[in-house]
Formats: sequence, C-alpha cells, structure tokens
Amino acid sequence: MATLHLVPIHLSQALLQPLCARLERSLRIEVLVRRPGFDPEDTFDASRGQYNSRKLLAKLLDEPVGGGRVMGVAGVDLFVPVLTYVFGEAQLDGRAAVVSSYRLDNAIYGLPLDPKLLHERLVKEAVHEMGHTYGLVHCHTHKCVMRSSTYVEEIDLKDEGFCPDCRQWVDGRSG
Amino acid sequence: MQTPVANILIVDDEFSVRDSLASWFRQDGFHVETAESAQEALRKMQEGTFAVALLDIKMPGMDGLELQERIRAIDQTVAVIMITAFATVETAVQALKQGAFDYVTKPVDPDELSHLVGRALEKRRLETENARMRDTIDEISGSDAIIGDSPQMQKVMELVRTVAQTDATVMVLGESGTGKELIARAIHAYSPRRYMPIVPINCGALPESLLESELFGHEKGAFTGAQYRRKGKLEMAHGGTLFLDEIGTISLKTQVDLLRAIETKEFTRLGASRAVKVDFRVICATNEDLGDMVARGAFRQDLFYRLNVFSMVLPPLRERRTDIPLLARHFLKRFAMQMDKRVTDISPEAMAQLIAHDWPGNVRELANAIERAMVVGKPPAIRPDDLPFVSPRPQIASPSGGQSLADMEKAHIAQVLDRVNWNISHAAEMLDIDRTTLYARIRKFDLQRRGEGN
Ligand SMILES: [Zn+2]
Ligand SMILES: [Zn+2]
Repeated sequence: MATLHLVPIHLSQALLQPLCARLERSLRIEVLVRRPGFDPEDTFDASRGQYNSRKLLAKLLDEPVGGGRVMGVAGVDLFVPVLTYVFGEAQLDGRAAVVSSYRLDNAIYGLPLDPKLLHERLVKEAVHEMGHTYGLVHCHTHKCVMRSSTYVEEIDLKDEGFCPDCRQWVDGRSG
Repeated sequence: MQTPVANILIVDDEFSVRDSLASWFRQDGFHVETAESAQEALRKMQEGTFAVALLDIKMPGMDGLELQERIRAIDQTVAVIMITAFATVETAVQALKQGAFDYVTKPVDPDELSHLVGRALEKRRLETENARMRDTIDEISGSDAIIGDSPQMQKVMELVRTVAQTDATVMVLGESGTGKELIARAIHAYSPRRYMPIVPINCGALPESLLESELFGHEKGAFTGAQYRRKGKLEMAHGGTLFLDEIGTISLKTQVDLLRAIETKEFTRLGASRAVKVDFRVICATNEDLGDMVARGAFRQDLFYRLNVFSMVLPPLRERRTDIPLLARHFLKRFAMQMDKRVTDISPEAMAQLIAHDWPGNVRELANAIERAMVVGKPPAIRPDDLPFVSPRPQIASPSGGQSLADMEKAHIAQVLDRVNWNISHAAEMLDIDRTTLYARIRKFDLQRRGEGN
C-alpha cells in the first residue's frame, strides 16, 4: 500500500491527529507523520510575512520518503509570487503537496471560532491537494472535493470526497 | 476526467512568477505555456493558439505594451491581461486603451485572477459567436448585404444590434427600396431567435381573404378551394420571427385578428375550433405614415401602439449620398460578374450624376440603373448617357413642373408606365414596388394612360 508522509509545519497537535484518520479513509492510503526535523524557515518571506509554497514543495521533495507521497501541513500562511495567498499547492501528477490551515480559521475573518469547521476545511483542502498529485485538475461537479475554491466559504459548499469520476481516476492511479 | 478548457500563455522574465502562475493554472485544468522573453512569446504565439495571455508589463528588451500589440497582430482574439507592479498602473491604463482585456496588480488575489480569466474566456466566446453571426448575416442576405458605410447607416446597424437582444416588436420605416427586409433579417440574425426561422409575408401583395389564410392557415374545407389543411405563417414562425412587410395595407378586419394573435400569442386557423399557441417575435415594415392613417381611422390605434414599440427609420438614399459611390461600385462589380461584361468603372461624370440623382426608388433603383447602364453601355466605363435618368427621356422633370418629392415621384411613375406601355406588372417590377402599391399611387396621383380619358 502506498504511503503518505505528513510533515507538520507550525501546526497544532489538535489539528494534526484527526487529520490522519480522515485522510486514510478518504484516500485509502497509509498515513504517517514524519518526526520533527523539517526546517521551513528559509522559505519564509519576511517582507510578506508568509511562507513561499513553491519553495516548500521543493523542500518537501527532498524528504527521504522512498517512493511515497509527502504533504506539508502548515499552520502558517502560504503564498506564491504574484498571488496574495494560497490555501495550498501541489505538484500536479507528482509526489508533493502542501496545505495551510491559516486562512481556513474563522479567527482571521473576525468570526467566532469554530474548531469543527476548521477541521472540516483542512481535511477537504488536504484531500484536494492530494487529488492534484494524482493528476486531477479542478472538477466542475457541484460537491466534488476537486472543485476550485478561491475563498473560504466555497470550501464549505463541497464534500470531503471525490465525485465518482474523480474517484475512479484516483483509484486507477493508486491501484 | 476534465479536459483542458483553454490555452494560456504566461510571459514574465522572472522564473518564480512564470513557475507559480503556470502551476496554479495547470491545477485549474488549463494548458499552460510560458515564455521568459518577448521573442519567445512571439514564437509561441506563432506555434499555438491561446485564449489568454498574461504579460508582465515591464520586461527587458521589449516592454509589455509593445508585446501586446505584436501579439494582437498575430491573433486579435487573444485576451491580454497585463501584470503590473503598483508603480506602473499608469502604463496598465495605457495598455487598456490599446486593447488589453484588463490588468492585475502584483500580488493579486487568487479569487480576482480566477474571475478575471473566467471573464476573459467568456468575452472571447462571445466574440467568436459574434463573428459566426456576421457570417450568418452575410449568408442570409447574400451579396446584396451591402447597405452602406455612412454615419446614418452605421447608426442603424447599432440600433439593430441593440434591439436584436430584446424581444420587442420592431417597426422598420423607410421608403421602398431602402432595404427594410434586409434590416429585419439582420435583427433576426443577431437575436436569440436566430436558430429558428424568420418568416416574411408581404401584406400588400395579397388580397384580404388570401392574407388571412396565409397568416393564420386553414383547415380543410374552411372555404371554397381549401382542399388541404394548411399551416399559416404565424405557425411557421413559431420560435422565430414573423416579418410583416407593408403592414399599412392590411384591412381593418385583419388588423383585429392580427392584434389578438400578437397579444395572446394564440390564434385559430380558419375553419378550426381550437386555438393554437405560438411564440414569435414581430418585425414589421411600412413606407406609409401609420400615425396619419391612425388619425384618419384607416389603421387601428391599439395595433399601431402594439407594433410601434421600437421603431427605426432607414434613411432614403438621397439623405446619405456618401453611400452612393460605394453602392454603385458594388452593383457594378456584381453585374459585371453576372453578365460577364468588361464594364469595370464608372466615369467621374456618370458618378457625379449618380450622386446628384434623388433616387425615389432608393437602393433598388440604383441597382436597376446600374444594371441597365451595363446593358446599354460599352466598356470600359459607365458614362452619363448610359444612365436611365439622364437619357433617353428628356422629360424627366415633372410634366407639371413641380420639384417636390411627390411631383418627382408622380413624374417618375408616369414615365415608367409610359415606357412599358402601362404593363402594370412590368412597371411595378421596375419601380420595385408591388402591384397594390402601384395601383394606390396611380389613384393617388390620378395618373392616366395617354390617349385615354381626358
Ligand atoms: Zn486545486
Ligand atoms: Zn470531481
């Protein structure tokens, strides 16, 4: 069975642990958390106060994880040059992905805290980015997790799982 | 699995910008090409077709503004989005003036960029559709589609485009020969109903009883001679457009039936017991003063208001003389081809005559005049003597000597009637009006055959 290695990047334990179980179920993949030791600080852009997700992806690919996939799960804000922020990023049809919980948290929008909602959103975005590593591009099916979301409320509209077409694609690639 | 929706070209000298944008768009399903210089961008433009091009506004070698012009010279349909730093917003505004679709300031919200590209693709889709529509119009109207370039006609075409998007009833006004049916067809062809038929009916060409059955259809045995059940024009226009030409000629009784059908979108075939539901748009045309007819009680006011929701006037040719050379040369070319004659030009003197003539029969009369000149004239050019109104009849001026439009019209009709020995069909054809109208004119001007009456 294929393995997904999770690399926490300034992420709280409260978010990390339940994520593993949900990802195992959604992706039908073995999930392992890497031991601490990953240093993301050279991807930090001080002028923007954010972490460069392109650079994070490159670093994650250097992690010795054999042939498995690797996903950074960040509690900090991510960006790519040109864009103000990204919820996450992935190597299309590749091995690495990164996702951030930072903008999924009601707190930064001045809304009442909702840990359950934050958790749901993080699972969806993590599954979404993993979908990209299987070669999936954005899906136009209403509730499919591969639907593009550029603002946070859009994430709430979709499910945690793939639509039948995307599911079939992922199963074909991981089988 | 989703298929890539479109090709995007990203041009920026900075690797990180190309790299991150390319990755972002690829995840969205686009096919992405990148270029680090203007030269590379132009090469890729030659090799492939792109829906959207994102250009960094300042690059070494060639700046984004110049690159945009070169790109649009290769493919005018590319939606160009300029990427600019805050400091160069003024340049971006300049880019918009030069035809860029929009610009974004670094760094841009993913949400904004996503919507911007969505809008650019939508605009491109509409433009492609418009181009297809123009081809359709050329197709339906054939080589006669030429209507002129004058400001007056450009305004008319603008109105056509505007009103086509609505479902409003349109009244096209203008003298005979100005191309009212062509305009009706253009409105239909630009409208959402274009996939369904436009059904024309010339109300002036039919006696009342026949017009009713033409419009509403009839059941078998509805009247003597109705051997088959027949669909009327209203039914045939279902989903499309009904074009009623010479609306001013219909009888008061038919006006009542027509009004009811237009208001209820429901009518009954002659001899039928059940009503039929139809959905059609009405465009009508007339060269008569319907307002005056309403005042005289010859046209129902309620129908007039119903039909006159949006009206547009086609200017007569004498009010847009700048169109005459263009139209004359167009007809010259067409007839030269049809007749295989080497008359390829119009002499300056003849052109001056054409421009000075008042053309009561408008574009059709002009076409007829050129056709006749080509028959009687000799290569290489049409000369004044070849023109019907210059020669051979010296009595072109009104016999009564008047110079008003009505005087001229009367004299012209009388002259044509004389020429064809009062063959009404033939005269109507030459004047490009139908027989009913010609009879009406003869009555109106009290014209009489020479040697008769008096
Ligand atoms: Zn995505
Ligand atoms: Zn899907």
